[in-house]
Amino acid sequence: MTEIIVIAETKDGIISPVTSELVSAAIVLGGNPTVIVPGVNDTAATSGAAISGVSKVIACVGEQFSNYDAAAWASAIDACAPAGVIICAATQNGKDLGSRLAARRAVSVVQDVVAIDGGVLTSPIYSGKAMQNVSLQGDAVVSIRANTFSPSSDGGNAEISVMNQSADLKTAVREMIAKASERLDVAEADIIISGGRGMQDPANFAHLERVADTLGAAVGASRAAVDAWEDISHGMQVGQTGKTVNPSLYIAVGISGAIQHLAGMRTSKYIVAINKDAEAPIFQHADYGIVATWQDALPILESELKALLG
Amino acid sequence: MPEIAVLVKRVPDTNAKIAISGDRVDLSSVKWVMSPYDEFALEAAMMHKESNGGTVTAITLGTPDCDKVLKDAKAIGVDRIVRVWDDSWSDLDSNQVQSALVSALKELSTEVVYCGKSAADTGASSTGPGVAERMGWASVSNIIGIEFEDAGVEVLIPRNIGNARTGVSLPAVISCDKGFCKPRKPNVKGIMMAKRAQVEVLGADIPTSSINIVSHTPPPQKASGQKFEGAGNVPTVVAALRNDANVI
Ligand SMILES: Cc1cc2nc3c(=O)[nH]c(=O)nc-3n(C[C@H](O)[C@H](O)[C@H](O)COP(=O)(O)OP(=O)(O)OC[C@H]3O[C@@H](n4cnc5c(N)ncnc54)[C@H](O)[C@@H]3O)c2cc1C
Ligand SMILES: Nc1ncnc2c1ncn2[C@@H]1O[C@H](COP(=O)(O)O)[C@@H](O)[C@H]1O
Repeated sequence: MTEIIVIAETKDGIISPVTSELVSAAIVLGGNPTVIVPGVNDTAATSGAAISGVSKVIACVGEQFSNYDAAAWASAIDACAPAGVIICAATQNGKDLGSRLAARRAVSVVQDVVAIDGGVLTSPIYSGKAMQNVSLQGDAVVSIRANTFSPSSDGGNAEISVMNQSADLKTAVREMIAKASERLDVAEADIIISGGRGMQDPANFAHLERVADTLGAAVGASRAAVDAWEDISHGMQVGQTGKTVNPSLYIAVGISGAIQHLAGMRTSKYIVAINKDAEAPIFQHADYGIVATWQDALPILESELKALLG
Repeated sequence: MPEIAVLVKRVPDTNAKIAISGDRVDLSSVKWVMSPYDEFALEAAMMHKESNGGTVTAITLGTPDCDKVLKDAKAIGVDRIVRVWDDSWSDLDSNQVQSALVSALKELSTEVVYCGKSAADTGASSTGPGVAERMGWASVSNIIGIEFEDAGVEVLIPRNIGNARTGVSLPAVISCDKGFCKPRKPNVKGIMMAKRAQVEVLGADIPTSSINIVSHTPPPQKASGQKFEGAGNVPTVVAALRNDANVI
C-alpha cells in the first residue's frame, strides 16, 4: 500500500488546526499518515505527534522556513518525505508548495479537494459550476480545502524524528508592509459575514464588524463593494477574482448573489442571506434567507448574538 | 535583454453556463475567452519588455481552436505566438501540461515566464510553481505589484500579516493576480498585424497521466433553504443556527 504523507500547515511556528483535518483526509484515503512539520526548529512537531491517527512525525528543520519561499520549502520538504501520496492544505501557500512537490516528483497534483469517497477525489472546476471526480493511479499530491473533514482528535503519541534540511532561498523579502487592519482574514475564518453594494456606504460596514466581533468572524465583501469603496480592501473580496472560502457559516448582507460571488463561497456549510429584494438570486443558495433591509435586520442580529454568546 | 514568455489559456467565459452531458462537461456552446488573470500576465510581460527590452512570446497549450487567444495576444503587441499541441493528446493532467509547456520554454530559451495565478476553468494555481520547479527556477505567486530591475524584479505578494515586498532574480516564473496594472486594449494596427501573424506549433514528449478522470458531475444541490419575510424572523434564524446547524 502506498504511504500517505501530510504536510502540516503552520502559522507563526504553530501547527494550524487544519492539519488535524488533513490527517482525517489521509485516513479516509487509506492510511495512517506520516506528518511532516516544517519549521525553523522542532517545537511544533509535538502538537503534530499529538493528533490521533498519525503514524509518525518528521520535523523538517531549516532556516528557510522563517519565510515562505516556494523553491526552498519544496526542496527541503521533498528531501524529508518518503514516496507516496502527499496531502497538503488548499491554502495559498499549501497549493503553491503542493504544485512544486508534484513537479519535483513528476506526478500529478489534484487541488481543492472537497470530498473523498471510495478513492475518488472531488474538486470544483469552472468556479464551482461543475465538479471533477478523479481516481489516483499512483503517487500524487492532493490539496484539501479547510472544513472538508472533521479534525482528527488529540490523544495521539507518534514518534518524532528530526531532519535538518537547509535549502537556498530563491527570493528575498525586503520589507513587510503591514496591513492596516488587524482583522481576521476571510481565507482563515470559520464564520464570515460579508457586505455588498446594498450596504450603501463603507461606513456601514461597522455594523458588520460588530456582528463579526461577537461571533469571532471575519468580514468579507463582494466585488461591487470593493470596487466602489476604497476603504473596503481587495483582501476582503470573496469570489472568483477574490478569495475562495469554505466556512461553516457565511452570512451575506446586501449581496445579490452573482455567479462570480457564488464561485467563492458556495461550498460554505451554511449560508444566511439578508437582502431586501425577495427575488435576489442569493436566496436560491441560502439555507436561511431573511427578506429585510440590513438597517432592520443587523441590530436584531447583533443583540440576539450578544444575548446568546455574551 | 530577456526572452520573456507569457502563458495564456483559452477558457469558457466566466459567465458561461457549464452543462454536463453524460459524465463530462459539455462545452460545445460556450463563448471562449482568454483566462482573466492571463490578461494581467500579458500586460506584465509587455511592461517588462518596455522597461528592459527583449522579446515577448505568448504560449498556449491546446487545440487549433486556441489560436484565437494567441491572436488576441498578438494584437496587444507580443513578438511571437506559439501553440504547443499534439493531436494524440486529451484530458491532460497537471504533470503532462507542465512537461509540455516546459519543453516549449526550453526550446525558446525563455528567461522569465508570466502566467495567471489560476486558470478560470481549473482554478488550480498549479502551473506557475510547477513549471518553475521543473525549470529549477524561482517563482512567486499571486503578485499584486511589480517593478523591473536590471537583473530581476521586485514584486508585492499578499501574506497573512501584510504585503511582502520581495526581490526575485531571474530566471523566474511570476504568477499574476489582478490589480497592479490595467491590461491595454488592442489598437487597429495590432488587430491587422494579428490577422496576418503565423502561429508556430510545437510538439512535446509528455509522461503518462497518474490520475484518471472518473466523471464530471453537477455541483451538489443543497436542500432548499428556508426563507423568512421581515427582520422580525432574525431570532428564529439565530436559534436555528444554534440548535439545528450547530454553527454558532
Ligand atoms: C470576470 C468577473 C469577475 C468577478 N469576480 C467577482 C468576485 O470575485 N466577487 C464578487 O463578489 N463579484 C465578482 N464579480 C462581480 C459580480 O458579477 C457582481 O457584479 C457583484 O458580485 C455584485 O455585488 P453585490 O451583490 O454587492 O452588488 P449588487 O449586485 O448591486 O447587489 C446589491 C444587493 O443589495 C441589496 N440591497 C440594497 N439595499 C439593501 C438594504 N438596505 N438592505 C439589504 N439589502 C439591500 C439589493 O437587493 C441587491 O441584491 C465579477 C464579475 C466579473 C465579470
Ligand atoms: N493549457 C495552457 N496553456 C497556456 N497556459 C496555461 C495552460 N494551463 C495553464 N496555463 C497558465 O497557468 C495559469 C494557471 O493555471 P492553473 O494552474 O490551471 O490554475 C493560467 O492562468 C495560464 O497562465
